[in-house]
Amino acid sequence: MTTRQHDASVYEQAQASERFQDLKRRFRAWTFPMTAAFLAWYLLYVVLSGWARDFMGTKVLGNINVALIFGFLQFVSTFGIAWAYSRHMDKKIDPIADEIRHEIEGRTE
Amino acid sequence: MSSQTLSTILFLVFVAATLGITFWASRQTKTAADYYAGGRSFSGAQNGLAIGGDYMSAASFLGIAGIIALSGYDGFLYSIGFLVAWLVALLLVAELMRNSGKFTMADVLAFRMSPRPVRTAAGVSTIVVSIFYLLAQMVGAGALVTLLLGVTSETGKALTIVGVGVLMIIYVVVGGMKGTTWVQIVKAVLLMGGATLVTLLVLGKYGFNLSSLLGDAAAKSGKGDAFLNAGGKYATEAQGLAGKLDLISLGLALVLGTAGLPHILIRFYTVPTAKDARKSVLWGIGIIGSFYLLTLVLGFGAAALVDSKAMDKAGNTAAPLLAKKIGEEIFGAVGGTVLLAIIAAVAFATILAVVAGLTLASSSSFAHDLYAHVFKRGNVTDKEEVLVARISAFVIGAFSIGLGILAQGQNVAFLVALAFAVAASGNLPAILYSLFWKDFNTAGATSAIYGGLVSALVLVVFSPVVSGSPTALFPDADFSWFPLSNPGLLSIPIGFLAGWIGTRLSKEHNAAKYAEIEVRALTGVGAEKAAEH
Repeated sequence: MTTRQHDASVYEQAQASERFQDLKRRFRAWTFPMTAAFLAWYLLYVVLSGWARDFMGTKVLGNINVALIFGFLQFVSTFGIAWAYSRHMDKKIDPIADEIRHEIEGRTE
Repeated sequence: MSSQTLSTILFLVFVAATLGITFWASRQTKTAADYYAGGRSFSGAQNGLAIGGDYMSAASFLGIAGIIALSGYDGFLYSIGFLVAWLVALLLVAELMRNSGKFTMADVLAFRMSPRPVRTAAGVSTIVVSIFYLLAQMVGAGALVTLLLGVTSETGKALTIVGVGVLMIIYVVVGGMKGTTWVQIVKAVLLMGGATLVTLLVLGKYGFNLSSLLGDAAAKSGKGDAFLNAGGKYATEAQGLAGKLDLISLGLALVLGTAGLPHILIRFYTVPTAKDARKSVLWGIGIIGSFYLLTLVLGFGAAALVDSKAMDKAGNTAAPLLAKKIGEEIFGAVGGTVLLAIIAAVAFATILAVVAGLTLASSSSFAHDLYAHVFKRGNVTDKEEVLVARISAFVIGAFSIGLGILAQGQNVAFLVALAFAVAASGNLPAILYSLFWKDFNTAGATSAIYGGLVSALVLVVFSPVVSGSPTALFPDADFSWFPLSNPGLLSIPIGFLAGWIGTRLSKEHNAAKYAEIEVRALTGVGAEKAAEH
């Protein structure tokens, strides 16, 4: 198994390093609030579908009502968040993660 | 030529092509990594298509279009939960899991915990979730053949289930993950192609004006504007508060369940790196999202153009009948026959791809988690483990054929929602805690999985879907006391809470292993590499 090649202390050292803590912060500071946000946004949609039917039935454009637009916006937000996540990872996470990985692999191989 | 004959021919072409691929894949399947994870050599785009192929079941293709056709807007509402769920998988699970696991969901949990108890729990949960889902698909196949091919005899339906089961066993036993993945890719392409074609024809008829299609659908439905709003199927006004809470419960299970479905999780292992896992989920979201937008048009199109009396009670024939109708209108009788045949064949391909994925997930977990690590404590060769995986795929396949025949004609559609609820209540808390919570330990993991699994099952047994209502599994009995048909609203918090309490009650903590999984998950150090062929 690949795990055995590395001494456990290598991981503890890496975990304690400033750079790894920074990486972890950057990852969590983006994904945790974003998860809370899209879950809340989705629940708002479901709750309104249950309790605010008059509002959801308001016609906006021809036969297209608020309920449909709200539904489409869930698609838009899902595609948008997926895209934004991928950009965030490419720019802010991958470079640091790669650096730390190369360093650990260089030290143990 | 009748559309039944044509659709049988098209379906046989699909079967021949996928069997060809399966035998080709078997020659490239040598190691355990090949069998379980397709050698981890699929590209992000390929795996993204396979994710779509694995996820878009006949229930979501025919089922959602049918709900929209008969009840209107609620089918769309239902589909949105299935889509948003992928953000949980993308942001919190896919990449970290690819980096820290190997073949199954349990690999991630066993990383820093006592392997035997957590693998047992995760293995049991994987098999339960997959078999529920599998059973719903098998019974659905029997019903579908009646609707699409006009087979009405009990023997005919049973033979269909046997046929589907045998093909599924061949795909999995012979082709392993590589064969199964290709079946899913081919199916995803066919499904998207067929759905896009019918959608374009329907939209074309309405001059690409969605509003006029909706207006026509609302008028033909006889329900007017209410047809375009929530409340046609879920949380109807007559159901009152319980119905509304049930809607929230369903929504929660859908949105949190996907990232805990074992057959979805193992797809992240089929790509070379975490970055490819990210790409595959991006592709998956694009495909699945576009697909649900197509079903919106298919559903409302069927409501507008097909006489609802011609459809079956659940609306599963809405999309096929729409294909026939629009084909006839635009290309004449032959066009209708051809389009109906295409959509029917695609529906069967859809069932096959999904059941193969489920059989693979459950048999992999049995062989890798229960046999190799629990019974044999890790003392097995690659070869022996793959052999056991193949045998268990055969046994699980045969078992689900038997159950599928026994459950024929029963109302088992609730099993899909139940599978999502169990995944959200047991598997998801265990996965998230294990990736993100330093103190999490063995007692926490087993408590979360068993707590979520048992509470979801118990609540469903005493819910109106099992007894005490005319549509229940046992309509003549009444032992129900839980008012919601979906357990998620209670069982998901119970799963998370059980995981927390279990952790707090135990003193076990392995700081070194936590350091290792945290560093590995985020940086990809020591992640399993792609096979070199």
